[in-house]
Amino acid sequence: MALLEIRNVTRRFGDFTAVDNVSLSIEAGEFFTLLGPSGCGKTTLLRMIAGFDAPDAGSIVLDGKAMTGIPPEARNIHTVFQSYALFPHMTVAQNVAFPLKMANVDPGQIGKRVEEALEDVRLTGMDKRYPNELSGGQKQRVAVARALINRPKLLLLDEPLAALDAKLKESVQLELIGLQKEVGITFVYVTHDQSEALALSHRIAVMNHGRVEQVDEPSKIYGFPRNRFVADFIGQCNLLDGEIRACAGERMTIALAGIGDVVALNIESDAPGLKGALALRPEKVAIGRDLPKDADVNRFTGKVHDFLYLGDVTIYIVELAGGMRIEALLPNSSAGRTKFFEAGDEVQVGWRYDAGHFLND
Amino acid sequence: MATPQNRLHKWLIGGPPLAYLVVFFAIPVLIMVLASLRNSGDFGGLAPLFSEESGTLDLTTENYGRFFSDLIYTELFLKSFAYAAITTLVCLVIAYPLAMLIARSAKKHRDLLVLLVILPFWSNFLIRVYAWMIILGPQSVFVSALNRVLGTIGIEPVTLLYTPFAVIVGLVYVHLPFMVLPLYANLEKHDPALLDAAQDLGANAWRRFWRVTFPLSLPGVYAGAALVFIPALGIFAIPDILGGTEGIMIGNVIKQQFLDTRDWPFGSVLSMVLTVMAVALAGLAAWVARQSRT
Amino acid sequence: MIRRSRGLWAAAIFAYVFLYAPLVIVVAYSFNDSRLNAEWVGFTFAWYGKLFHNEKMLQAAWNSLLIGVTASVVSTVFGTMAGYAMYRFKMRLLPLLILAPIAIPEILMGVSLLIFFVLLNISLGMISIILSHIAFCIGFVAIVVRSRLAGMDESLTEAARDLGATPWMAFRLVTLPLIMPGVVAGALMAFTLSIDDFVITFFTAGVGSTTLPLQIYTMVKIAVTPEVNAVSTLLMMLTLALILIASKLAPGSLRAQ
Repeated sequence: MALLEIRNVTRRFGDFTAVDNVSLSIEAGEFFTLLGPSGCGKTTLLRMIAGFDAPDAGSIVLDGKAMTGIPPEARNIHTVFQSYALFPHMTVAQNVAFPLKMANVDPGQIGKRVEEALEDVRLTGMDKRYPNELSGGQKQRVAVARALINRPKLLLLDEPLAALDAKLKESVQLELIGLQKEVGITFVYVTHDQSEALALSHRIAVMNHGRVEQVDEPSKIYGFPRNRFVADFIGQCNLLDGEIRACAGERMTIALAGIGDVVALNIESDAPGLKGALALRPEKVAIGRDLPKDADVNRFTGKVHDFLYLGDVTIYIVELAGGMRIEALLPNSSAGRTKFFEAGDEVQVGWRYDAGHFLND
Repeated sequence: MATPQNRLHKWLIGGPPLAYLVVFFAIPVLIMVLASLRNSGDFGGLAPLFSEESGTLDLTTENYGRFFSDLIYTELFLKSFAYAAITTLVCLVIAYPLAMLIARSAKKHRDLLVLLVILPFWSNFLIRVYAWMIILGPQSVFVSALNRVLGTIGIEPVTLLYTPFAVIVGLVYVHLPFMVLPLYANLEKHDPALLDAAQDLGANAWRRFWRVTFPLSLPGVYAGAALVFIPALGIFAIPDILGGTEGIMIGNVIKQQFLDTRDWPFGSVLSMVLTVMAVALAGLAAWVARQSRT
Repeated sequence: MIRRSRGLWAAAIFAYVFLYAPLVIVVAYSFNDSRLNAEWVGFTFAWYGKLFHNEKMLQAAWNSLLIGVTASVVSTVFGTMAGYAMYRFKMRLLPLLILAPIAIPEILMGVSLLIFFVLLNISLGMISIILSHIAFCIGFVAIVVRSRLAGMDESLTEAARDLGATPWMAFRLVTLPLIMPGVVAGALMAFTLSIDDFVITFFTAGVGSTTLPLQIYTMVKIAVTPEVNAVSTLLMMLTLALILIASKLAPGSLRAQ
């Protein structure tokens, strides 16, 4: 049985449904992320798990025990808040010792355990400082140490990296992964930042309008988004409208509006006649003056409409016959060259059949 | 989360102060509303609520009738309105440049300059009024100096204390901070770039003030006017100390009704009319402020 | 531009002089060796000496102190509860009853309490004054405490609960220490308001319960002596000291007025 079971949970605020019939199960030891745009319901869900809010319908079960009516202090769950919520009138050591005091741990042991906890997050010697004397990264580590010190079953993290600058984020992400592996505690992490989610998680639940759109490993979420929202929210994606013509084995033929037939991967054994879109990541689209002929590659001719030079890569927007536009991403990997094509150049674009898959509407 | 525990906490924490204010504020005010509808007792105070003769509830609107039929009281209210209005205007004229200066001075000095405005306000109210008794009094060195100057240009010596003039001075002095603070709070928020833009577009200093600064500061002006006018209307200690017989206001008559004549019902009527006006004016000010914000 | 700001400075200096000159005059005359508030005769402490031998004045000061301390302690407890309740829960009537005593004319509160006490046969005196002062101080404390709570990060209380604290422990260990400066500032404000109050005290006082402002009023109305200057000066010093403490504890709380 899963450590945390969320069963058909719904939460409404007046007319607004913040969380709409969500079911998830999270395994012990997992690093699980709730990912979605602001207002998607991920924070409301987190607050219901922590006990600050209660579902209008459905139940939350931790370790086989229903959490209904159990106040936050009686749940074996701790939270790292977005603002870190360090008590400003207490020192770092007093902050970290707080959960032990609340649990009536023998005062003789508290000092030693606080010291160990601060060592774990590399804050030795900071124990007498006050929160306002710490940097953003240090505050975050105090908040994590405080939430982990009495080994909760579950650690909730509410956008804990949002307040940190971009450079610091990467090292903190590596630290978090290391820490989670070391303590073995289940993490439920909330973020709106897809790159954080992809880098940190074992599994991701993508949420939108209070619903879970897809739950999968990061590579599946990115490689095989299940619908238009997920494809569009995670990274860049070409979504080319079309209809399934025929299916055969692991391939299918899709008629794209205005362009013609293309071959794509048949992953869900969809039936001919279904309408939807072909999802195609820009980095999987090749661009060239004259692409080699290959039976496995869909090839089209078009004109460069515009391009965005981004330093490491250039994104070309190519207009195909019939007015359909497609984005292709080209790494600027060759020495000396800054760009390959100008607007108006006639080019060919192509992608292997297994680079794209069909999204059913 | 409206859990039962939550509701218990709400009443445990909010209940006692609520109960206290109901008993020592709401009920006394309601009693006064009722008192304004009662007859006066034979020896002052209130007549019994149940009349012994008829055995019925003995309520009357006679007191209100007396208020509206006797022009003396209408005049009194008009006079009090006039005093409060003049006070508001004088406060505005004195406060505006001060608030503007504070708003335009360096950030680090602003708090000190504001504190200097508030500080006198915290000294005892009576002391502040009493100070003007000294300044405007007959023995005052200032008044005798003034009269010497007036004498040289052939004007009769003037008496200042116990006149409406003294009342206005006292009212202005006591209420000035209430005008300065909202004006400053408003003016401080103005983007200095607006004035630069106006200057850039050819407006001189005078026009920049009347076309940009002043219209934008109107919410502050309304707030300040409400904060000065409403309390000034109901004040009684200032006319009592500085005004003499000439300068009495509504507050003084209310005090007379309760403590000297002991006509409580009529005193209550005067208090009710004053309060209704004050609340209506406050409501009007809030409405105007909301209108000018949108 | 320069001429314009000079005009502004002149107007502002006039305003500051207008605000402070009367108070300076009172202080100056308290050291003047003359019975009249007229010419400067010479420096003396005599009026302060007389003050400390004036039985009535000492009794009034003692009454004021007793009323101020009692009223501020009780109204701080109630005001803090009210401020917390208004911040944390949906209260409909409480905010109205908190704001109304501040918004309506003071004289209305004075006369309505007078009728109330007389009808209930509560004799006018120290008790009735204290009860009235509590009623008008609660609101001021509640507003200061509430604004302090509003400036506090909501997630701090949640964090305490999350880490195992009961609602009471979370309040005692986290919320209360954090709003303490606001509570103390509110208490000092209540004390100042009580010590300074004239109008409500005027209507609810009885024989033998004369406070300092009432005593000053009587002296001003009947016979002005320089003792009034001396007691005024002392009262100003006291208020100034309280304000300085309050502003140290809770910067900005004075503007909550």
